[in-house]
Amino acid sequence: MLVPIVAKPGTSRRNLTGSWRTMQKPHFLQQNCIACRRCLLICPEGCIEGDKKNTYHTDYDYCKGCGNCVAICPKDDIEMVPEETEL
Amino acid sequence: MKEFIEGSAAIARTIKMCKPGVISAYPITPQTHIGENLVQFIANGEMECQFVNAESEHSSASIILGVSAVGVRAYNSTSSQGLLLMAEVLYSIAGMRFPLVITCANRAVSSPINIWNDQQDSVTLRDSGWIQFYAENNQEACDLHIQAYRIAEDQNISLPVMVCVDGYILTHAVEVVNLPDQEQVDGFLPPLKPLHVLDPQDPVSMGVLYDPSSYMETRYAIQETMSEALELIPRVASEFKEMFGRESGGLIQEYRTSDADKVIVAMGSVVSTVKEVVDEMRGEGEKVGAIKVITHRPLPSQALYDSLKDVPEIAVLDKSISLGAAGPLHMDLKYTFQGKNVSPKISGFVAGLGGRDITRDSIREIFDRLSGEQINCQFVNLDVEQMVNAT
Repeated sequence: MLVPIVAKPGTSRRNLTGSWRTMQKPHFLQQNCIACRRCLLICPEGCIEGDKKNTYHTDYDYCKGCGNCVAICPKDDIEMVPEETEL
Repeated sequence: MKEFIEGSAAIARTIKMCKPGVISAYPITPQTHIGENLVQFIANGEMECQFVNAESEHSSASIILGVSAVGVRAYNSTSSQGLLLMAEVLYSIAGMRFPLVITCANRAVSSPINIWNDQQDSVTLRDSGWIQFYAENNQEACDLHIQAYRIAEDQNISLPVMVCVDGYILTHAVEVVNLPDQEQVDGFLPPLKPLHVLDPQDPVSMGVLYDPSSYMETRYAIQETMSEALELIPRVASEFKEMFGRESGGLIQEYRTSDADKVIVAMGSVVSTVKEVVDEMRGEGEKVGAIKVITHRPLPSQALYDSLKDVPEIAVLDKSISLGAAGPLHMDLKYTFQGKNVSPKISGFVAGLGGRDITRDSIREIFDRLSGEQINCQFVNLDVEQMVNAT
């Protein structure tokens, strides 16, 4: 008897790691952003996108709520807010 | 053609005829001669095969895993500590359903360091998802390797096979072996048709994370496949007989058991000694017999039950021990009969650890002791004085 034992590429996209988030999520204020890209680079999920100043945002389908982006932002322009906060 | 040849050399010649594309092995006593012979064949250009040097058995097992992942037949041989160092990878190979074949030249496990024969190394890995064969003599050792590739590579099975050969007693023994022709082996063993291959044109991931929602099904699938292997193994053995003209392999072998009152069940080379004592005692009018367990995993429970259900007194001779419990094969036999209407006396004996001789007298002693009460885990030929004097 065999069960599927190999996986086709791209399956990690099917795994919505956003469901792992508990209690809090990052809120990108987009007010004092200097586009240093540190939040984008430190994100373990690689789910932060942005280009010019005050354009950076995360994909909540994949954001695990680790808060690394909040900790590294030199302008305190990202903050953790309660999960139920409407943005 | 019949040749007077060392066991390891005969196994190496057989592997050569099975045409693996890659061999990786790390030297360890008493497996060494198998690897030595094979690298010689490759160096001489007698074999179209690549030998990959590794820095350990963990690596050599990982290398053949990778070779199987790209759909190439591979081979490895090891012993004792080497097999245990491979353990992690061996579980992966079974889980990834790679049809690999390795030889275990059975040797005791440290500590204390001991290079002599028992079966603790491979028996320890009986739960790993590998099919395990135990050879009685070098003819059987060679024949089992050919059958091992056929069984492993069967598309409904796709599980690895470990052929266990008693270190020194077989690997270093020179005896007559009937080695087949290349054409015969080619006729019996078609080229490998892998289920999946790593291919950049059609990429897949192998050995990925399976969370609680899917891991258990992979174990169930192996367990079911083991039952399917119980059907296939005798079929392959009878096909082998048709093509090569001799009986070899299968699940178990009965030896003078039909009217026996006492039977010893054992694995590997010690079965020859048991058979010899059976012949002697039969000459003296005693109704004794022997069962050779060739396939240890999957456990041929039904075959063992059918052969032994009319035997009142059974002894299981283990050359290994599950420390703190009993002989592993002994426990398997107990499991086989538990809850059945017939309930023979099944005594367990542990013998030959670390190369301790199992003589004809040892076997006679086991047969003699069967008349008394059931014994659960009796060490044979134990030197009690050594232990009394220890400080």
